[in-house]
Amino acid sequence: MDSSQLLGITTFTYLFSTLLYVAILVFKAPRLGVVATLFTLVAWLIQTAGLALRWMESYQMGIGHAPLTNMYESVVFFSWTIIILYLLIEWKFKTKIIGAFAVPFAFLAMAYASFSTNISKTINPLIPALQSNWLIAHVVTCFIGYAAFAVAAGLGVMYLIKNGSKKGDQKPHGLISSLPSLETIDDIIHKTMVFGFIWLTAGIITGAVWANSAWGTYWSWDPKETWSLITWFIYAITLHARYTRGWSGTKIAYLSIFGFFAVLFTYYGVNFILSGLHSYGSN
Amino acid sequence: MKQQNSIWKFFSSVKLAIFTLSFIAITSIIGTVIPQGEPHAFYVKNYGPQVAQFFKVLDIPDMYYSWWFTGLLGLLCANLIICSFDRFPAVWKIINADNLSTSPSKLEKMRESSSWTALRSTVEKLNITDLLQSSGWKAELRKIETGELFFSQKAAWSRTGVYIVHTSILVIFIGAIVGHFGGFKGNIMIPETRSSTKIFSSGTSLPLELGFEIRCDSFAIEYYDNGMVKEYKSLLTVLENGKEVLQKYIEVNKPLTYKGITFYQSSYEGYQDFIVTVKDKDSGENKTFIVPFQKQQTWEEEKIRFGIINAEALGQRVVRSKLWVKPGDSPAVIEWLEDGQDIAIKHGDKNYIVAAKQMYATGLQVAKDPGVWLVYLGCGLMLIGLYMAFFMSHKRIWLYQKMDGDDISVVLAGSTNKNKIEFSKQFAELEKQIRKSYGV
Ligand code: HEM
Repeated sequence: MDSSQLLGITTFTYLFSTLLYVAILVFKAPRLGVVATLFTLVAWLIQTAGLALRWMESYQMGIGHAPLTNMYESVVFFSWTIIILYLLIEWKFKTKIIGAFAVPFAFLAMAYASFSTNISKTINPLIPALQSNWLIAHVVTCFIGYAAFAVAAGLGVMYLIKNGSKKGDQKPHGLISSLPSLETIDDIIHKTMVFGFIWLTAGIITGAVWANSAWGTYWSWDPKETWSLITWFIYAITLHARYTRGWSGTKIAYLSIFGFFAVLFTYYGVNFILSGLHSYGSN
Repeated sequence: MKQQNSIWKFFSSVKLAIFTLSFIAITSIIGTVIPQGEPHAFYVKNYGPQVAQFFKVLDIPDMYYSWWFTGLLGLLCANLIICSFDRFPAVWKIINADNLSTSPSKLEKMRESSSWTALRSTVEKLNITDLLQSSGWKAELRKIETGELFFSQKAAWSRTGVYIVHTSILVIFIGAIVGHFGGFKGNIMIPETRSSTKIFSSGTSLPLELGFEIRCDSFAIEYYDNGMVKEYKSLLTVLENGKEVLQKYIEVNKPLTYKGITFYQSSYEGYQDFIVTVKDKDSGENKTFIVPFQKQQTWEEEKIRFGIINAEALGQRVVRSKLWVKPGDSPAVIEWLEDGQDIAIKHGDKNYIVAAKQMYATGLQVAKDPGVWLVYLGCGLMLIGLYMAFFMSHKRIWLYQKMDGDDISVVLAGSTNKNKIEFSKQFAELEKQIRKSYGV
């Protein structure tokens, strides 16, 4: 059993998790909830083992480094973080329905990592610029932030669906009524966004420290840096609009989705559409 | 403090903050799409002369340092400063407020509030300060005309979190300005065994004096088995008035700093020349020579002649070289050596070790940034401030009791500035405990 097999299995288990959570929602079968949670936890443990094994394999190849250094590894770590964050939210807020809106992101990320021809899965040694502990800190902090924003966007979609159905129908649809109340969703969106914001801040800072130790410039306005700053501004604006201008509900839900598009562009779009120092991410 | 004229109002508004942040975010995109820092001709060629002229007027080729972009950043700072001056006094007042002077009638109107009556006899046995303490609230007591008021609060200072975040942004900006005006960025190529007292400014290419001398003793590239570069490594020596004061191997991510000036490994250049080191194994004496390709060299004292007569290269990099050595009148030794490898040579009773490697120049990025500590300080403050703003809240509870004949009437009230839902639960729990002690 090697790491790529384990990670390959993870892709399918996350698909199955997604289906389980959707089933809870569609068939209103809360008893499936425990099954879905346990299954997702197991899938996550398999993925954890896959990541750990990949780490060990790199040491066996004599080029040991944490599995966080190229596009493939970062996408896997992204999905790993989404699941652990989601499980924590499920545990804290005691609601299983959110799974149908969060777990698909983890599945899509794994599916993309596994099947895209753009992404190489081989373990490569690190080029000199990447040999820094700041790199690890940078990737970990950024991706925790990104994962939180992904969950917030999923919740944003959930909010809009629930809110949209409220207006048209006289009586809320059975499916919709099983979703948490709008206030609860709004609250969780805000909390995940705040959580993501603090980690994105740390991610930008660790990136700056790394750049300074490698090149002597902590900020050079390269496209990736600039886009991460734009993303950071979008969430800062959202927080201010909510806190001081009293925005909430639909507006914040839209902003959580909009913000996540900025995240995706920063993470993915910049590598393939724009160019810059971070172009290593494309291999 | 509070001047309510319209300019002040404009600059202290959060509306302006949202506008400025949005405007910065949107305009920042321009520089990620249009290449930055190219010569005018580049823009003429790619966008046509009219557009290029327009770019020039708006400083688009260097937009993040342009008058209008720095102006926007300045506006953001002004907004932050004035907004803080506008609001902070009120926050400071809340932090230092005398909460024991809160009037009992106000308590009943608080979001979290509950009142009950109990028998007066229960109070004699009850120590309310201890009761609150056991629930984690360290309370103060004040006897007022009508009764007794207890008060306890947590993390009042967490209200400064937002201001720490806002200040941290200013600290980072100040750090950036100090670095911009008080420091420099430059680069230099130093061939192995040579030294330099100046570097070239990155922007203007003008020479800058270092105030000391930096020497490159050696440069090496290490490879992984698959041929990828593992490390670029230079041995650097700092000299003051010809005396060595510091020596260090630098790598990418491991620079050398001396007198506030930092040298970063950034590039290299391969030469046609070779560095040949000859060592007399018995006396330990050794000497290093720079030998041009296919030229003969002599170590006079030892009467040993040598040269590189052929070489195999991969691109700029020499992989193997063919060394020719003739010690005195012994027959010449000719051998292919891997780059950097050495060979033992015998001549009568003398033993020599000869090594040959391609000569390189190390490319160094040089930076002096006296503002960087301020930037890092600002970053640290920002994280601390964010943590305080998001995860801490100022929680307050009051307990007021009034004797009323044989009865006693009690009001328990609480307030928080954040996370009201969680506080509600906490309050309900506290209320349950206290009511129990009162026997209701
Ligand atoms: C990139 C820049 C900025 C960042 C990162 C930032 C960050 C923050 C954060 C984290 C909060 C706390 C929000 C919450 O508790 O949910 C906050 C609140 C606030 N910010 Fe900013 N801010 C920025 C710029 C500004 C500017 C330019 C203004 C100028 C008006 C401003 C005014 C405020 C105000 C009035 C509050 C509410 C404070 C309170 O009453 O508790 N912010 N900011």
